Amino acid sequence: MAKVIIDQERCKGCELCTIVCPQKIMVMSKSFNKKSYHPAEQINPEKCNGCAFCAMTCPDVALEVYK
Amino acid sequence: MMKKVFARPKSLTEVPFTYCPGCHHGIIHRLIAEVMDELNIAQDTIGIAPVGCSVFAYLFFNCDMIVAAHGRAPAVATGIKRVKPNNIVFTYQGDGDLASIGTAEIVHAANRSEKITVIFVNNAIYGMTGGQMAPTSLEGQVTQTSPYGRDPKTMGMPIRMCELLSTLNSPAYIARVALTKPAYIIRAKKAIKKGFQYQIDGKGFSLIEVLSTCPTNWGLSPKEANEWLEKKMIPYYPLAEFKNVEEVS
Repeated sequence: MAKVIIDQERCKGCELCTIVCPQKIMVMSKSFNKKSYHPAEQINPEKCNGCAFCAMTCPDVALEVYK
Repeated sequence: MMKKVFARPKSLTEVPFTYCPGCHHGIIHRLIAEVMDELNIAQDTIGIAPVGCSVFAYLFFNCDMIVAAHGRAPAVATGIKRVKPNNIVFTYQGDGDLASIGTAEIVHAANRSEKITVIFVNNAIYGMTGGQMAPTSLEGQVTQTSPYGRDPKTMGMPIRMCELLSTLNSPAYIARVALTKPAYIIRAKKAIKKGFQYQIDGKGFSLIEVLSTCPTNWGLSPKEANEWLEKKMIPYYPLAEFKNVEEVS
């Protein structure tokens, strides 16, 4: 069981985390953040294996991963 | 009880990056900060920011920073390192800064094997000024100042700085890395760590060239920019260690 915490106000919606996630559970939210980007969010969090690829790839260091 | 396996490094401030979505500058900043954390050198480190998108790097790093005139970061770093030899000095430069206006400074700093670490961000274009052709722009690449594509007949071929500098005898470590895949990012961090370690050990000059995307000025989405980098840039700018003083007998 792993957990990803997304700082949605830091996210600029570049979608790079959605490409590298091996479980394909990182998606872009339909809502907006204060910067008017669609931030990343996680669906089916129980599938997360804590590989931290999303956090490694995030250019804005907006993710924290717990395992 | 869950363990934190990934968090913001302490050597980064809380200030949000000013870079465009998908720009690799943020990843490179994070890797440098993680290396500073791991080697526990942030309190002794002096960074030199360039002119370019990363001119605001002093806002993001939790260490002492100076901004040098365009291209002159290696000259400023030389001065600082010679006056304060016990401090760790690194420069952070783009391709317009290092490979164009600052060519003289980087070549001679490398040739003197100044004990500094240079992080060279190559995105094949001028970012901050609005997407003009850089010395590192690829053959046929369309930019603001090469609207018909870069023509090698009149504009020359792109400069490969790592290969150029590795013809010199003195540098201790020269490598080129990319960041488009997690595996590349892990390798990039190892290379940056080695660069800083060589400086700490007094082995001499180290330069790590990082291939980076510029989605805004390339006119691509961050995802397409990553693909373009892998398809177009890596074949021309091969990822390798060009010089490693450890491996030379």
